Amino acid sequence: MTFEYSPAPESKSIVKIAPQYGHFINGDFVNGKNHFPTINPATEEVLSQISLGGKTDLDKAVTAATKAFSKWSKLTGAERGKYLYRIARILQERAREFAVLETLDNGKPIRETRDIDIPLVAAHFFYHAGWADKLDFAGLGKSPKPYGVAGQIIPWNFPLLMLAWKVAPALATGNAVVLKPAESTSLTALLFAEVCQQAELPAGVVNIVTGDGSTGSTLVNHPGINKIAFTGSTEVGKKIARAIAGTNKKATLELGGKGANIVFEDAPIDETVEGIIAGIYFNQGHVCCAGSRLLLQENIADELLVKLKKRIGKIRVGDPLDKNTDLGAINSKEQLIKIKELAKVGEAEGAERWSPKCDLPAKGFWYPPTIFTDVTQAHRIAREEIFGPVLSVLTFRTPQEAIEKANNTPYGLSAGIWTEKGSRILWAAQHLKAGVIWANTFNKFDPASPFGGYKESGWGREGGRHGLAAYLKENN
Amino acid sequence: MRLDVKKTYKLYINGAFPRSESGRVFEIKNNKGEFIANPCLASRKDLRDAVVAARAAQVGWAKSTAYLRGQILYRIAEMAEGRKDQLIAEVSAGEKVNKAAATKLVEAAIDRWVWYAGWSDKLSSIYGGTNQVSGPYYNFTIPEPQGVVAVTADSLLSFVESVGAAVCGGNTVIALVTGGASIPVMTFAEVIATSDVPNGVINVLTGSLDELAPWAASHMDIDGLDITAINAKKRNELIAAGAENLKRIHAFDKGVTPTRIISFMEAKTVWHPIGV
Repeated sequence: MTFEYSPAPESKSIVKIAPQYGHFINGDFVNGKNHFPTINPATEEVLSQISLGGKTDLDKAVTAATKAFSKWSKLTGAERGKYLYRIARILQERAREFAVLETLDNGKPIRETRDIDIPLVAAHFFYHAGWADKLDFAGLGKSPKPYGVAGQIIPWNFPLLMLAWKVAPALATGNAVVLKPAESTSLTALLFAEVCQQAELPAGVVNIVTGDGSTGSTLVNHPGINKIAFTGSTEVGKKIARAIAGTNKKATLELGGKGANIVFEDAPIDETVEGIIAGIYFNQGHVCCAGSRLLLQENIADELLVKLKKRIGKIRVGDPLDKNTDLGAINSKEQLIKIKELAKVGEAEGAERWSPKCDLPAKGFWYPPTIFTDVTQAHRIAREEIFGPVLSVLTFRTPQEAIEKANNTPYGLSAGIWTEKGSRILWAAQHLKAGVIWANTFNKFDPASPFGGYKESGWGREGGRHGLAAYLKENN
Repeated sequence: MRLDVKKTYKLYINGAFPRSESGRVFEIKNNKGEFIANPCLASRKDLRDAVVAARAAQVGWAKSTAYLRGQILYRIAEMAEGRKDQLIAEVSAGEKVNKAAATKLVEAAIDRWVWYAGWSDKLSSIYGGTNQVSGPYYNFTIPEPQGVVAVTADSLLSFVESVGAAVCGGNTVIALVTGGASIPVMTFAEVIATSDVPNGVINVLTGSLDELAPWAASHMDIDGLDITAINAKKRNELIAAGAENLKRIHAFDKGVTPTRIISFMEAKTVWHPIGV
């Protein structure tokens, strides 16, 4: 007798998507031009038309932000905080609507938008609301000062959550914002603009200009911007670092990663298997801190791989709006092509590829959960960020070798440690060159917990006191 | 009158005092125009050798306890105090200031070193902590050294401030020193060499910042760069070159701030579930 899951689709009726959007500037929705389609990657259905923002739009947005900044930064922290509390509450009230819209536009499962993305978004605003009148205690001297106008550029993998990571600390510290969402996922940012209106946030404090990489580049180079916050690829991050070299602009950069998930011989196998799944298949592997390199201690590798494959076989791939879906759609055709290319390279370089049998929908962009074994450190799939549901498996004999392999990358964002031995966890955590280390867990996020990388994974932190400090000038 | 015995000023790399592999030197004169010394004009190869030494020493230095690092750094101040008169004479001659001013500078440099020594075991308490996450997890953040940091100096005091800030947090350092300050700084290197500092933790190159700093900025195995002693007009070029490996590049107005230490450290956050 077998048990099957019946479809349990979430209703789309809760969201209203306009046929076309402009930008959100100075508190109003304004017309845009040069529209391009935004699609549901699970069906390829066009959801709406998004405006490609250019210099004129950004000039208006920066002017509005600059004007708003002078008043916003002079409000008492307590008043600013109350606006953020309002935003947090409205986000909670409209959580279902945001979750469905995010799933439609991004392709990630409703279970994740409903249970992870949107609750964390509200939590980020709530957390930072409380900071607004306590900045004197942030360790930056008395009355630390905001930078001014923050230009914020966010990726498509966690659209609204990345908005929250950027906007909440900027507002709490008295900065004004011009935000550019990712080209393929603008809808929740535009819905967030409505939340700003409902919260009666003063006009110009938050401005949203949609567009592509060219819009982002114009924003970075805009002379009216004082602070850049970017989440995206290391390649673009380096371009930004070069672009701002001749300016006074400060930057926080959250870039790529190739996280090592290390399993020692005494790890609790069942929990570890779940952790490996969470590390690489969460959000279709579109996660900069994904545990995309699995390092297994040699003597347990075979046993663990049998269990891991069995568990991967249970992953339900399909309709992101189905509440039982584990793995949704790949966000775009371009990303799907990149994943396929790197997987092909993996095979060509001699690694062994495995995926469970699974029926992928005919329309939309899909990639099955995949693992590569017999991977060496020289393989491109062990060095380059795939940003998809593809796991590279390597082995090690001694703990020292595990650390050396884990650190053998220009990235340094995340790492995982699986062992029942406390002293080994702390030893490994001490030696791993990574900004976030998950021991006996993986891919956990919280507004109170600083997030960010070593080396080429970026500059600075987001979240916690450390993230807040990135929006303030020290005063001592 | 007795003819004095002059010192040959060399570089300080991996605990040894080699000449520049380039064989080059530059001339230092005092403000009367009299010859003082020919310190080494370090080359790109010297810099690369220093980076290899600093990288090799880094894990060990970072792993030693903060208490031990503090004691070793304090030992440097003790040894410097014993050579205060020599340092004053050399600051006066090399940095072209009178004896009273040189005395103040050297005393400030020694005191500043003591200040940094005391920071080594307080950084986690001030800049780290446990984070109250919403769930059954123990979550803490600690500052850790970035790795290998190159610093720039044009005086003994700026040398002490930049090196002290970088090493007390567990980084290893390559100091690039220019001009007449090379004289007192290389004497300070002798102080370092006799203070139980492991080889390679502090390396000192004298010469031209215009020549050496761009090589440091583009070196892929240097993690951080303190450009305080670089002319403001020349900084942009270095910042752009450093983008290749996203080097952490900073300049500071003040020497006495823990921000200078923490700027060359990374916050590491660790999560662990709580349960039975």
